[in-house]
Amino acid sequence: MKYLCLVYLEEQKLHAVPDSECLVCGEGFRKRGLLVAAEALQPVETATTVRVRNGKVSITDGPFAETKEQLAGFYLIEARDLNDAIQVASKIPPAREGSVEVRPIRQLNPQ
Amino acid sequence: MEATDPVHETVNAVYLSDSRRVLATLIRLLGDFDVAEEALHDAFRAALEQWPRDGIPANPRAWLVSAGRFKAIDGMRRRARFDALDDVGDRADIAVDDTAAWADAESVEDDRLRLIFTCCHPALSPDAQVALTLREVCGLTTEEVAQAFLTPPSTLAQRIVRAKAKIRDARIPYQVPAHAELPERLDAVLRVIYLVFNEGYAASSGALLTRHDLSAEAIRLGRLLVELLPEPEALGLLALMLLHESRRAARASVSGELIRLDDQDRSLWDRDQIAEGTSLVERALSSRPGPYAIQAAIAAVHADSPNAAATDWAEIVGLYDLLWRADPSPVIELNRAVAVAMRDGPAAGLVLIDAILERGDLLDYRLTHAARAELCRRLGRTADARASYVRALALARQDPERRFLERQLAELQE
Repeated sequence: MKYLCLVYLEEQKLHAVPDSECLVCGEGFRKRGLLVAAEALQPVETATTVRVRNGKVSITDGPFAETKEQLAGFYLIEARDLNDAIQVASKIPPAREGSVEVRPIRQLNPQ
Repeated sequence: MEATDPVHETVNAVYLSDSRRVLATLIRLLGDFDVAEEALHDAFRAALEQWPRDGIPANPRAWLVSAGRFKAIDGMRRRARFDALDDVGDRADIAVDDTAAWADAESVEDDRLRLIFTCCHPALSPDAQVALTLREVCGLTTEEVAQAFLTPPSTLAQRIVRAKAKIRDARIPYQVPAHAELPERLDAVLRVIYLVFNEGYAASSGALLTRHDLSAEAIRLGRLLVELLPEPEALGLLALMLLHESRRAARASVSGELIRLDDQDRSLWDRDQIAEGTSLVERALSSRPGPYAIQAAIAAVHADSPNAAATDWAEIVGLYDLLWRADPSPVIELNRAVAVAMRDGPAAGLVLIDAILERGDLLDYRLTHAARAELCRRLGRTADARASYVRALALARQDPERRFLERQLAELQE
């Protein structure tokens, strides 16, 4: 089972967790075989939301929702089940400054 | 179903006593709530057909699990033949191969705990946890749960469907949490049980009967949890519920008016429930007591006193100190202040309540103002008492409580 862990942080806390700590965490997950991919994201100003309405693509500036916290990165993890995924997500450093959304990955139906 | 012949009666009795256990095991074996529920009904349907012909099996529960499992696998195979999905085929084969594994007594007992912990999983919304627990663990129908919570059945059905979808799609595991996670996860279970209890206990009008059943259901759940997992806080919660429940007959008048603890006819308190609750409190207090055990201990002190004046208020204040250290919330501070007023007089209690209000806490909590009003009344500060009763009345929502406050206010003006 794959889970995507999305990291949320308030703008003024984007740098509250040192990059080095996140690098160490990522490396630790990688060594234990938990990590599929992890990246930090640019601040919300660089975000674009893409929508499709009635077959037409619309592009808007900004995040998907208006909230104080913003998407700051993601971890794609391998976990046995949701409990396991929650355990891993709780180890992600910004979990203590902001929040981490754990969302199961959906298998695309080839048909 | 009509239960005239003895075999039908047996099937009905087994349904009442064992259907939840069979369901709990079928969920583990089949890995899906909906498939397991369908299998449960198929199994009982098969029992109604076969038991009159073949006799009642030696172990009806094991028979039902086998029958349900067989029907479900059969159904999966037939569907698999149509849409040839590899993973359905795999699942059916795994289920066929573990014949010996499912029957082991320990895992069957654990199935009931697995079901409780899964229904009370914190990844589900609190509303969904309550609905799912009453539906799956207690076996209430969706209509019964809806009626008890004064919610439209369609809303409740939707809530349960969504919760099951989340369990399936986010893969919430069907397991008893590991030791490290247990305290937190147990808290969630206790919270659900206590919420169900209070929903039934707080109601004194409307669909009274159904709501009363909720308290009984919560106590049943509490007993089950204590039987399966005798943790101190599980004992504490069961004790707390029993000690509160023991006062049921005394806490409202015939016409449904609320009667305060101090004014209750204590001969109406249920002595059996008090005895059971008190001995549970003692067990719960033997290790480091948590909030439920301490609250139960407070209730036990009340239960032990012939009247309000003879109550050991010093003991109660001491227990509130302990409770406040375990759970430092302003509501506990308020309760402690009321106990201090009983021990040291109304002026001492009033100082503490005013301190809470001056800090800006509990300003919109009706019981703060009701307690303040009562202490002012006892001190002869009628104008202050009136102002606080008016404030409490503005915040109270339940009818019996409003009528109680109105009576207090009217007596003040005489």
